[in-house]
Amino acid sequence: MDERVMAVKISFKLNGEDVCINIDDHITLLDMLRDNFELYGAKEGCGYGECGSCTVLVDDVAVNSCLMLAPAVNGRSVVTIEGLSGPRGELDPLQKSFVEKGAVQCGFCTPGMVMSAKALLMAKPRPTEEEIRKGMAGNLCRCTGYTKIVEAVKDASEKEVL
Amino acid sequence: MAKVLEPQIKDGQLLKIGQRVPKLDAWDKVQGRTQYIHDVKLPRMLYGKILWSKYAHAKIVSIDTTKAEKLPGVRAVITGYNTPEIRVGFIKDNPVLKKDKVRQYRDEVAAVAADTAEIAAEAVKLIDVVYEELPGVFDPEEAMQEGAPLIHEEKGSNVLKLPWKMLCGDVEEGRKKADFIVEENYTLPFVTHCCLGTSGCIAQFHANGNLTVYSPTQIRYLAQKDFQDAMKALGLKGKRVQVIQTAIGGGFGSKLDTYPFEFITILLAHYTGRPVKLVYTREEEFFASPGRQPVRAKISQGCTKEGKLTFRDVDMILDNGAYTSWGATTPSVMMMPISSLYQVENIRYVAKCVHTNNIYSTAMRGYGNPQATFAIESQIDTLAEKAGIDPWEFRMLNRNKPGEITPQRFEIGSCGMEECLVAVKEKLQWDEKRGKGNGRGVGISSLIHVGGGARIYKSDGTGTILKLDDYGKVTVLTSASDMGQGSDTVLAQIVAEELGVEIEDVEVIMKDTNLEIWDAGAHASRSTFVGGNSALYAARKAKEEILEFAAGMLKEPKESLYLRDRMVYSRNNAEVSMALDKLLRAIHFRTNGRQVVVSEFYDPPTVMLDREMKGNFSAAYTYGVHGVEVEVDQETGHIKILKYVIAMDVGRALNPMAVEGQLEGGCAQGLGYSLMEELQLDKGKVLNGNFLDYKILTFPDMPNIESVIVETIDEKGPFGAKGIGEPPLVGSAPAIANAVWDALGIRIRDLPITPERIVAALEAKKGS
Repeated sequence: MDERVMAVKISFKLNGEDVCINIDDHITLLDMLRDNFELYGAKEGCGYGECGSCTVLVDDVAVNSCLMLAPAVNGRSVVTIEGLSGPRGELDPLQKSFVEKGAVQCGFCTPGMVMSAKALLMAKPRPTEEEIRKGMAGNLCRCTGYTKIVEAVKDASEKEVL
Repeated sequence: MAKVLEPQIKDGQLLKIGQRVPKLDAWDKVQGRTQYIHDVKLPRMLYGKILWSKYAHAKIVSIDTTKAEKLPGVRAVITGYNTPEIRVGFIKDNPVLKKDKVRQYRDEVAAVAADTAEIAAEAVKLIDVVYEELPGVFDPEEAMQEGAPLIHEEKGSNVLKLPWKMLCGDVEEGRKKADFIVEENYTLPFVTHCCLGTSGCIAQFHANGNLTVYSPTQIRYLAQKDFQDAMKALGLKGKRVQVIQTAIGGGFGSKLDTYPFEFITILLAHYTGRPVKLVYTREEEFFASPGRQPVRAKISQGCTKEGKLTFRDVDMILDNGAYTSWGATTPSVMMMPISSLYQVENIRYVAKCVHTNNIYSTAMRGYGNPQATFAIESQIDTLAEKAGIDPWEFRMLNRNKPGEITPQRFEIGSCGMEECLVAVKEKLQWDEKRGKGNGRGVGISSLIHVGGGARIYKSDGTGTILKLDDYGKVTVLTSASDMGQGSDTVLAQIVAEELGVEIEDVEVIMKDTNLEIWDAGAHASRSTFVGGNSALYAARKAKEEILEFAAGMLKEPKESLYLRDRMVYSRNNAEVSMALDKLLRAIHFRTNGRQVVVSEFYDPPTVMLDREMKGNFSAAYTYGVHGVEVEVDQETGHIKILKYVIAMDVGRALNPMAVEGQLEGGCAQGLGYSLMEELQLDKGKVLNGNFLDYKILTFPDMPNIESVIVETIDEKGPFGAKGIGEPPLVGSAPAIANAVWDALGIRIRDLPITPERIVAALEAKKGS
């Protein structure tokens, strides 16, 4: 194994809670979330930033967590799909729109989709259809044809989201 | 017009059927709670990794695993030389670990189980394999020639011995009757499923020798049989295999067969005595997960002056790749549009599947139908053009009609082809938009697909166990599968409708071969039709039992009682009613009491295709029409989709939102197939195995789809529904090719219709 691997101690906010962990410096944010925090919502669809299934928010910006090294979140705030809904499963309005508008099929891309949409709406609460399509272009879905996802994001943007 | 039958439920209107019910598992999925295979961890679980072949065709001279075995954390290294032989595929030509020689780049040469995925990945790099390269063959026509390298020497030929030949009527007679004949060649590329969740499984042996496999398979029971067969090789004959289906992160046919990686995982679990998980990387998914078979088609059709089709003659060559999976059986489905799309009596079809050193193929949504329909429907336009007939009129003239029996002896019940054609013509503004030739054009394509199961196996059944508890809650244990298409939800709707309960009262479990009855798998767009009927008849049995008891208790004739709003009511007497849960407790808590538990195994009234490849193998047929308006940039060759309409005869839309989801998603895949998708191989090696270089549609690429749902209420379908999973993908490509023809007068006969092909065709046109 690579002997240059070093463990570093990092502290950050994870879904609103302060956490602290010793983590190998070569581990990606995605692997840390899944393997160390057992947050399996973010998915590895490709591992090189092309599919968006691993999208999480870092300081309210959508990032591909497969491309970010875990130590880079030191001192920052990370929100995953698990942090979006309430502790008893109360859905965020965006999640609710995804459910109601039929934007979910196999669901593998869904957590990443929702997080990308969340970041988009935080930056631009009333996006046009074109802005939604452009803003979410980095998230791939093979089931839905995107139409119902666009509808869901639009629906959520018309309700009070933030 | 289509015949509209009385709904099967009598007490007022349908309450749950026809509603836009959100997908049952969507709540979990939007919260990231759903467990895919990637998310499952078992105690002491090891991680498996495969060493793939570095050559397309080579002798294996030696494999040295010493260094890999010495790496700390490695628990097993297996090859074809230290494991019993297990072969997969329906003609068993694919050993799961290759000995003596490799036949494709993705061949499995060795595998490792280790404490972590990183150690396993490191270990396979330490395995030394010495190869002696052999000449390869990568073109199916070259592979058919004498002296071509043989992929499987023991077969004696690269051409598979498969019965893909169908003759109906007399094609020579049909040629004589034709006033116009067109003969053309079409080619279709390798494409692949691109499920967002990559392939994987977990194998776990128990102390008693039984095996559990966790897998996102589409065929729990057929996979169980394949794994059961492999147990013999391990000396575990007679032991039980349980398949637990994890959430499927995209199926589209990719998980309709079992593959070497699953058996390798089983072998690793067997030798280590620990659970082993093996999951593909995206790169592996591109080259080691079989896709759709490439096809070369030569097709001719003829018609009379009036435009009646007189014959259809099709020859196909399919690149089978190095091994045989379901891709080699797609010609059986290609026969369906060839024989039964439009009324044409005289038909000849011959298909050859040829081994090459390319990667092999499997089932993919549409199962051969998209390839065949591209050739047929593109040519309908060229033939109509030659005959001087409007292509829409030509289709109307030759359209299929309800109740007809096609030359392949399909018994067409409901058929909304006419309604679909009419709807698309109107939405597309066909008469106004067509024939301008100014860079903008319209095109259409019809389609047929099985909509009532498909008797590929001797049984085409699905089982249901349905129970009601003391609180009026219903559990449906179904052997159907959901891979996102929404069969969980429509089954709940069917059961809720029949038992007069709410959707949230119904729990649908589709998971475990130890719990449920057998099923033929989530293929052939059959889950709603076959699984739906199974659930419907189970619910009816339960209802009978409940009403029988209620009649005695309430002293009302059984015929007057009905279930609705979680109650039992009497039609005769408004005073009589009882809550369902109270009634269920009354059935249970008494001497000789019981809980209401019923089972049903529904197998559709169909036959397998006979030796001539004829017979009514589906209980219903789904029809549809795609219509598209394009604008083509004559400088760049870029195609812009201005309008996309799809009209589908779905029998009845049990859940219109789910139907739209299938139509939109199917069109997205169809558009990808039409415009951009192609897995490029160079001497058998995948060149573009990543999402940067293999393009699928993204948000900005996707046009809005205008869906028209045509309801013909099929008399055999559950509440009149027909299958709808695959058909929306079929027909995109010819509709676009026909629109490009209308726009610019160029005919693209090779998919995908890329800007490069458009520009080349425009230059060729100028040159001529």
